[in-house]
Amino acid sequence: MITALLLFWPALAALLVLLIKGEGAKKVAFIATLVEFAIALFATVNFVPDATTQFALDIPWVERAGIGFSIGMDGISLLMVLLTAFLVPLIVLSSFKHDYKNPHVFYALVLFMQTGLTGVFVAMDAFLFYFFWEVALIPIYFIAAIWGGARRIPVTFKFFVYTIFGSLFMLAAFVYLYFQTAGTELAAHSSNVNAFYQLTLDSATQSWIFWFLFLAFAIKMPVFPFHTWQPDTYTESPTQATMLLAGIMLKMGIYGVLRWLLPVVPLGVSEWADTVLVLSIIGIIYGSIIAIRQHDLKRLIAYSSIAHVGLISAGIFTLNEQGLQGGVIQMLSHGINVVGLFFIIDIIFRRTNTREIASLGGITQTTPALSIMFLILLMGSVALPLTNGFIGEFLLLSSVFQYNYYFGAVAGLTIILAAVYMLRMFQGVMFGTKSEATEGFADLTFHEKAVLIPLVIMVFWIGLFPNTFLSISEPAVGQLLSIINR
Amino acid sequence: MNQMPDVIRTIPLEFYLYFSTALFAIGVIGVLTRRNAIVIFMCVELMLNAVNILMVALSSYRSDPNGQIFVFFIMAVAAAEVTVGLAIIVMIYRNIRSTDVQLMNYLKW
Amino acid sequence: MQEVVMPFNNQEMALLCLLVPLLPFIGFLINGLGNRKLPKALVGLLGSGTVLASFLISVYLFIDFTSNGSRPYIVDLYNWFTVGSLEIGFSFMIDQLTLLMLLMVTGIGFLIHVYSAGYMSHDEGYGKFFAYLNLFMFSMLVLVMGSNYVMMFVGWEGVGLCSYLLIGFWNKNHNYNNAAKKAFIMNRIGDLGFLLAIFLIFITFGSVSFPEVFLSASQMSGLTDSGVMIAITMLLFVGAMGKSAQLPLFTWLPDAMAGPTPVSALIHAATMVTAGIYMVIRSNVLYVLAPTTMEFIAIIGLITALVAATIGLAQNDIKKVLAYSTVSQLGFMFLALGVMAFSSSIFHVLTHAFFKALLFLGAGSVIHAVSNEQDIRNMGGLRKWLPITFITFLIGTLAISGIPPFAGFFSKDELLAHVFEHNKLMWVGGLLASFMTAFYMFRLLFLTFFGKFRGTEAQRSHLHESPSSMTIPLIVLAILSTIGGFIGLPAVFSDTHTLGNFLAPIYDLARRANGAAMEAPHIDHATEYILMAVSVAVAVIAIIIAYIMYVKKETVPAPEGTGLSPIHNLIYNKYYIDEIYDTVFVRPVMALSTALHRFVDVVVVDGIVNGFGKLVMVSGRVLRLTQSGVTGFYVFVMVASIVLILFLNFFIG
Repeated sequence: MITALLLFWPALAALLVLLIKGEGAKKVAFIATLVEFAIALFATVNFVPDATTQFALDIPWVERAGIGFSIGMDGISLLMVLLTAFLVPLIVLSSFKHDYKNPHVFYALVLFMQTGLTGVFVAMDAFLFYFFWEVALIPIYFIAAIWGGARRIPVTFKFFVYTIFGSLFMLAAFVYLYFQTAGTELAAHSSNVNAFYQLTLDSATQSWIFWFLFLAFAIKMPVFPFHTWQPDTYTESPTQATMLLAGIMLKMGIYGVLRWLLPVVPLGVSEWADTVLVLSIIGIIYGSIIAIRQHDLKRLIAYSSIAHVGLISAGIFTLNEQGLQGGVIQMLSHGINVVGLFFIIDIIFRRTNTREIASLGGITQTTPALSIMFLILLMGSVALPLTNGFIGEFLLLSSVFQYNYYFGAVAGLTIILAAVYMLRMFQGVMFGTKSEATEGFADLTFHEKAVLIPLVIMVFWIGLFPNTFLSISEPAVGQLLSIINR
Repeated sequence: MNQMPDVIRTIPLEFYLYFSTALFAIGVIGVLTRRNAIVIFMCVELMLNAVNILMVALSSYRSDPNGQIFVFFIMAVAAAEVTVGLAIIVMIYRNIRSTDVQLMNYLKW
Repeated sequence: MQEVVMPFNNQEMALLCLLVPLLPFIGFLINGLGNRKLPKALVGLLGSGTVLASFLISVYLFIDFTSNGSRPYIVDLYNWFTVGSLEIGFSFMIDQLTLLMLLMVTGIGFLIHVYSAGYMSHDEGYGKFFAYLNLFMFSMLVLVMGSNYVMMFVGWEGVGLCSYLLIGFWNKNHNYNNAAKKAFIMNRIGDLGFLLAIFLIFITFGSVSFPEVFLSASQMSGLTDSGVMIAITMLLFVGAMGKSAQLPLFTWLPDAMAGPTPVSALIHAATMVTAGIYMVIRSNVLYVLAPTTMEFIAIIGLITALVAATIGLAQNDIKKVLAYSTVSQLGFMFLALGVMAFSSSIFHVLTHAFFKALLFLGAGSVIHAVSNEQDIRNMGGLRKWLPITFITFLIGTLAISGIPPFAGFFSKDELLAHVFEHNKLMWVGGLLASFMTAFYMFRLLFLTFFGKFRGTEAQRSHLHESPSSMTIPLIVLAILSTIGGFIGLPAVFSDTHTLGNFLAPIYDLARRANGAAMEAPHIDHATEYILMAVSVAVAVIAIIIAYIMYVKKETVPAPEGTGLSPIHNLIYNKYYIDEIYDTVFVRPVMALSTALHRFVDVVVVDGIVNGFGKLVMVSGRVLRLTQSGVTGFYVFVMVASIVLILFLNFFIG
């Protein structure tokens, strides 16, 4: 029941927000997301950390076809839902200083988006998963296309078509898998996740299904070379949409791999893991190196995101417990850090009207609070120990290293390159002398602190006590591994 | 007076087939070759009626009333279609002062 | 086979052990959050007081340790993270090595904090400075106390961050920021090596905790000089190279002099840069199993010592000279590690910490007096105005030059004796480096304190001895530099090498693992006397030459831009190593970045993606031609299609 509440509450709230004209929409939306967060916390507290799917709800949807409206959460889903529920209020709060036209539509779309995202993470039925996968795409498309920057129309169009293109392959694979499943007395087939897990297909079939599914997830993550929609979209979208995209939506792809790819076609995975690792590692190096020379802050973080996701992808495809756990914890960390960094970029942009590193500088002289928060989030992204990024990168790199020494060594270059581009950015923006744009730069306001402080707390929480989260996902990851290795 | 099916059966089935095929072909050729929308429309009706004749004939020969019921459906639909179709043609005529379908080539790109 | 004392779990000491790093951390939090609101006096008191408290606790831990039979113990604070068989505990280990490092770090750290209270008193970032220093103390203490490699890595990266923050402390200056960035990135190169070594250690031994790793390393057979041991030790050494500024990763350290002088003294001379040596000694069990790596370390150490010493000969910036001398001395320490003279190396770490901190603080006092001038060509004759600084600086210089009975003599002599026993050629190299050390240090001393003052009138009128908060640490360090050597008297003078005996138990496992490599050197007393005499003679000759050149002849190094001989030019420009790195690494990466972005990403990869889009557009453009709009044609196509389908249906299907 809690899962259904988590799923539908934002949609209901969205309808409510649609009715409110004017500025009130912000506050209602914020309260609604806080309620959602409270529900998620309640679910977390009541969650028993074992491998079962909890708070499950299974209503026949298309009964005679074996398609059910089945939702529920295991440890991995729960962490993802928790991340979503934690970030969305902050994203809403971060927009308080923006005057978006038609705020009620904007916030309603954000809330619809949350339903879509939550749905992806809790769906335990292939077609339901596909449904939410697409549902999540539509609001973000409109947010980006209506409130975005100058080049928003072609850029969001490309993003939309690109992801839809990938999803179609996923749908095709799901349909095929569906027809291979054994049904019950009611229906000939079933699209339930467990029915998919029980499939035993031959290696050749698994190979092509692997690529169909991987294409969809790889585009969403995005993994090199399917990433080219991402820097443009991140740059052109309004910051809140960028946060949603980078902070949560990107995790849909990784989650998809964990839930619908690795356990469903294990033979296909073992056949192609090397290829995926190579692609991911190319992505790490490629994204990092490109990020070094970027002059637009958003674009820089966008490329760094490609590098970070590359590492997660490499880690989970090693099918090693450290890799999977590292991937899960790194998803949380990356969501937190990237939302924080994009918000800081937003703060800088609002005050200076520029995102060009060259025209910034010297900000730290007047902004102790901003400097500290920025530095902490930055150190989180460059994986300094005791911050959240370290735990994830340590586990991921360790798993990649165990998979193949050379892969590990090359992937490890990320810790050097991340330092290069992040420090270059930090230095260019915060240090040096003041520029025309940064003259009289004011420190954080109450609202801004309210967004950043929870993020910073999480940076250290995950960095110092990662077991809080690792223990939630551990049984679920163990279960996945046992299905993969069956 | 004999029953209607019996009357129909006085003519061999092949004749009906030939006749309705010819009628249908005339309709098709008419639709393809004529440019006047009203004529094309009439040719469409011709094709429908060719089918109707065939159905009635077969229905009688096989003693299956379903065929004749179908004919009634087709007539009803045709009547509705004529209403709409003629209305469209009248509208076209009002717009371009002609019923030549070659002039109606807006339906592209 | 002798009994090896394994660490036991001692939760009773948990709080005390935790307090050692935690107190400076609390100081960091208060100073950091209260940044501009707290009064300066309170900031200084908090900053130094927390470190003093840590020092006192360390002393207590030391006394407690020795009085309880010197049994090393482990303090488990909590389970940091667990994944499968990988268990990383947030835990500390107290043994002889840790205690030694603790005393050194907190002791010298405290003195430098006190010094900073005077040195930084006019700086607007006073609170920030103490916050960073305290954070550094925290990280450094975690580094030396950690009971597993990951904990060590925590401190390892933490000190790197603090080093970054403190080098770029005056962040309005672009060059300083670049120096800070360079330090962090070069350190990260080393850190990658360290990280990979941790992974390999976990794969090989199934654990990363020191006692478990070392125990299984000493018990596993066939490890000696195996590929995996060489790989582990080499990777660890890459980490050490970065942190301890060894060739080829040393260029960040001279640049790091951009930071305030107390930072140079604390981080870039006394403590952080010796972390690499600490790490190697901590991993002694692994290293004795890889003699190949040891040889490599010795060579790298020697080359670094020589290269840095030659560069030091021609530098004119007072802090740069000291920086190169630090690099050179670190080279000595690695040379000692390479010949398995672990205790000699740590002995030199200790004495070096005393005299190099002293020299840096003395240099800071000089810089303070001459209004932030750092060029020794614009100094001279300062002994009249700065008597205390002069005397303490002289003691430091004598100590580093290896003149008895100052601290540096004993440690360097012991170190060179081991090198002599290992390889005569290396010993000659070491001697050459120590000759150059004595020369450039006295060059520095003479140019700074002797002769006539060569600065501006404004600077002359401002000359003054530093306040007592700065001179007292100088005096304390001068005393330590004088007597510090007596904790490790060589065998010819005394039977008890206090330090050596104290540290002996930490090599027990190494002896078990590879006993042959751990044999103590057998040098007869006569040889030892001769070696001592030679090294002292070399130093004295160097001092005399320096005296003749810079005091008698009053030579002053040529000003910027004048013609230098090719060799002089080469070493003056530090062998152009920075320029080489720039050409070989930095520029290609930058060019690659631009190329990847402009060409590969936008043209190739995105081009393919957009190509799909274009394909759809083009095919649409072609196919739309069929939509002529002529109804007759549509009908014709329809009929033709129906006929075709029927035909296919009847005659084919």
